[in-house]
Amino acid sequence: MMEKTKTESVRRFFILLALAASFVFPAEGGWALSEAYKGNIYNPGKLRPRDSRLKVAVGQKAPDFTLPAVGGGTVTLSSFRGRKNVMLTFIPAAWTPVCSDQWPGYNIVEDLFAKFDTVILGISVDNLPSLYAWTNQMGKLWFPVLSDFWPHGGAAKRYGLLRRDGMAERAIVIIDKGGVIRYLDVHDINERPPLEGIVKELEKLP
Amino acid sequence: MKPAKTIVCVLFLAVFLASAHPAGAEGLPAEGGVLPELSPSFVLPKPRDGAVIIQIFSMYCPYCQRNAPTVNRLYEKILSDPRLRDKLRLVGIGVGNSPFEVDLFRNRYRVAFPLYPDGDYRVHKKLGEPRTPYFIVVKINPDGTHRIVYSRLGEIGDPEAFLNEVLNLTGLKK
Repeated sequence: MMEKTKTESVRRFFILLALAASFVFPAEGGWALSEAYKGNIYNPGKLRPRDSRLKVAVGQKAPDFTLPAVGGGTVTLSSFRGRKNVMLTFIPAAWTPVCSDQWPGYNIVEDLFAKFDTVILGISVDNLPSLYAWTNQMGKLWFPVLSDFWPHGGAAKRYGLLRRDGMAERAIVIIDKGGVIRYLDVHDINERPPLEGIVKELEKLP
Repeated sequence: MKPAKTIVCVLFLAVFLASAHPAGAEGLPAEGGVLPELSPSFVLPKPRDGAVIIQIFSMYCPYCQRNAPTVNRLYEKILSDPRLRDKLRLVGIGVGNSPFEVDLFRNRYRVAFPLYPDGDYRVHKKLGEPRTPYFIVVKINPDGTHRIVYSRLGEIGDPEAFLNEVLNLTGLKK
């Protein structure tokens, strides 16, 4: 009986130690911020890796959408049908660490995407003014950035990529020229999808 | 255990742990100090009685992209001086970048000096997670030890002026 109480005390001590350690040594983030954003990045901390239920699958037709673009006008997904493959890159939110550390990389490999006859559409649930200010820090992006702000996350919702807190997942959707989804990666929101994985999938396109 | 007692215990342990691991123990590299042990992720070159310029960059960093041609010109200046070629090394560490991503950066900007991937951010964390680009210059002493003489955030400007500053700080200007 006494032994059992002692064991329980030791167990409690280690639980308390782990709890205390979680305050002192918070989870380490996997990102490196560019000075381009100065001190203006909001860190939401480590988030639930995935918080939505997909409504689409590889082999299905990609749901169409029309969204306003940062540069002006609107972009309709189906307008690329028969002409270009499309890579949708949904990001959770502007001015956050991993998101700020993603599209600028795609920006220096336009030739790589051109080689696979693929255009990129960047999509965020932020409104246009916020996206304008944020993407201006990235230099001039060669691909359109679309605002899925209103109705809030409408496009993300049709794909099943809207999280319960109103942000979108960090997701890559590759759609072929016929409008069929060829690749889906609902990535851990806390990490950036490696570029080589995307290129490997582009290589498989018909 | 009562909730209040639990909270007090957790707070006490948190304070104890924090004091055992002071904030900034893995802070940014301090001028006058030494680099933390970075191997096996990165092994510091040790040119005898020379110096090393370390560029912390990321393929995903807009300022690193913009600064790449300037850093290339700095490297050309080092190579063009026979006295410096073997004394002053320039290396880049691509934080959070895979070998594939570092190769893309190298090819896109035709970078001729060595670039190393730090895909798991191990080096980045040991260096205190600096924003990018970040430059560190270390002076290598004759006995193989080293000392940090420059540790600053941001792009380098005129490569000639930066090189002069490095030569002054490292004592390589003669």
